[in-house]
Amino acid sequence: MDTQNLLLEVHDLSASYGQVRALEPTSLHIEHGELVTVLGPNGAGKSTMLRAITKLIKCSGQLKFMGLDVTTLPTHERSRAGMIMVQEGRGLFSQMSVYENLVLGAYNSDSGSDAVEQRLLDVFELFPRLKERLSQTSSSLSGGEQQMLAIGRALMANPKLLMLDEPSLGLAPRVAGEILETLGELNRQGLGILLVEQKAPLALKLAKRVYVLSLGKIVAELPANEIKSHHDLAQYYLH
Amino acid sequence: MTSHNITSTKITSSTLLPVGLVLAVLVLALNSSGYVVTVIGFAAIYAIFCTGLNFFMGYTGQASFGQNAFAALGGYGSAILTGGYYWEPVPAMLVSMLFAGLVAGFIGYPTLKLRGHYLAMATFALGLITYEISIEWSSLTMGYMGYSGIPPLGIGRFELVTEKQQLVALTVLMLLGVWMATRMRQSRFGRALRAIAGSEAAAQALGINVARYKLIAFVVAALYASLAGSLFAHFVGFISPEVFGSAMVIQSFTMLFLGGVGTVWGPVIGALMVSLLPELLRGLKELQDVAYCSLLVVMLIYAPRGLFDFIVQSFEKTDIAKIFSKNRG
Repeated sequence: MDTQNLLLEVHDLSASYGQVRALEPTSLHIEHGELVTVLGPNGAGKSTMLRAITKLIKCSGQLKFMGLDVTTLPTHERSRAGMIMVQEGRGLFSQMSVYENLVLGAYNSDSGSDAVEQRLLDVFELFPRLKERLSQTSSSLSGGEQQMLAIGRALMANPKLLMLDEPSLGLAPRVAGEILETLGELNRQGLGILLVEQKAPLALKLAKRVYVLSLGKIVAELPANEIKSHHDLAQYYLH
Repeated sequence: MTSHNITSTKITSSTLLPVGLVLAVLVLALNSSGYVVTVIGFAAIYAIFCTGLNFFMGYTGQASFGQNAFAALGGYGSAILTGGYYWEPVPAMLVSMLFAGLVAGFIGYPTLKLRGHYLAMATFALGLITYEISIEWSSLTMGYMGYSGIPPLGIGRFELVTEKQQLVALTVLMLLGVWMATRMRQSRFGRALRAIAGSEAAAQALGINVARYKLIAFVVAALYASLAGSLFAHFVGFISPEVFGSAMVIQSFTMLFLGGVGTVWGPVIGALMVSLLPELLRGLKELQDVAYCSLLVVMLIYAPRGLFDFIVQSFEKTDIAKIFSKNRG
């Protein structure tokens, strides 16, 4: 493993809610330009893991991002470094317009600058429907559109690593498919992605590697195309 | 379509109407008796107070039951510096604001780590403590007796002697305060505050330093409160601890929620309504309070998001709305 080429390196990350250990010491890594999927059933600790990586909850363990130790950085500074998360339930600002949500995504950049304008155009190209709904409040969007907005807003932040917590949750299969296709496209353009899903044959098609999380522990790490050969895992995650 | 023409439509439509309304009320008041002038003057002072409170409670979505503490700091600061030490009103006002801002920063830093009910309790205690101090430290504040002999507003030898002159000054200051609030609300700073109100976790995840912005909003609210307290002292010429007591908290909350919390003009409309309603209902004698409360309840049922939102929505249904662009500032 060439440590120079790692986008994110997580070592012995653990987190608890009071007395309850939600995440046992966990280590994982993501290479530059890699799409990694974390699979696991309800309550396996997937969301906890993402919240710990972004320091939204108290946790212990070491984190290196693009070769820099970010262990002591608070959430907003990790975000500034390029670690951007799309939260479960999308975390949109429901009373604000689509436009305001997008602009808030570029909070750390000089708004009105050419770079931000260009990113806005890129997001519109990726999700033309957002452009049509620019002045509507985000709560008036459909579920699929809200997920597009959440991803669009994250892209406005110019992420180096995009983390998504169950982006297909609650969406019609066709819409979920479109969203995941878009993530695949972003990954082909070189964006590192950490995708957390419950059950997703599609997510597996996109991913290069898969971590399987169960009861707060990583129980398996394998190339995505090998999951079919593991009978018990395939049974659970492909149907 | 670029971002610029989206933001620029925001300013025109819903600014002209409220400003026109404020000026109309001012003209009406100037042509009325001294009593009406006093009532409208108080409304303007409260509008400034609530505009500040709105930063913290409306835009940022936090609870503070203790803003009266900062109004007391401003009021007593101005009273003591001008009445006791013969300072000019304007420097006294600015020094009081600076002091209130520093106190807010100092107290806010540990206090704002609390959330929800706990934050409400802590800020409420802040108001109570200030109230007690203003009573007990009587060598400085004159205690229950109150502080009198505060000169009216003015610069140098030019003093605003009549109440009507003062009302004009109060209105101008209020519009200035609202204008600044509008600018700040639509800036990067304002968007960050509203993001915190929407979801603290999401705001953090987008790179917003939540703790710092809460503190700034708290300090801005304190600066407005201090200004309102100073203006009250100069307008009335007398202050006592009761002026900045818990009743002020209830009064300002009623104004904020009736007018529309989180909107730019809501505090102004709320302050005007809550100041005028009891006066309009005075003829009902003993039924006055009953009628007042019933009206409040009715308004909150039919305009749950405040009168400003209600007015804007009714306005949007009319033909005039098509002339202006759609907006809810």
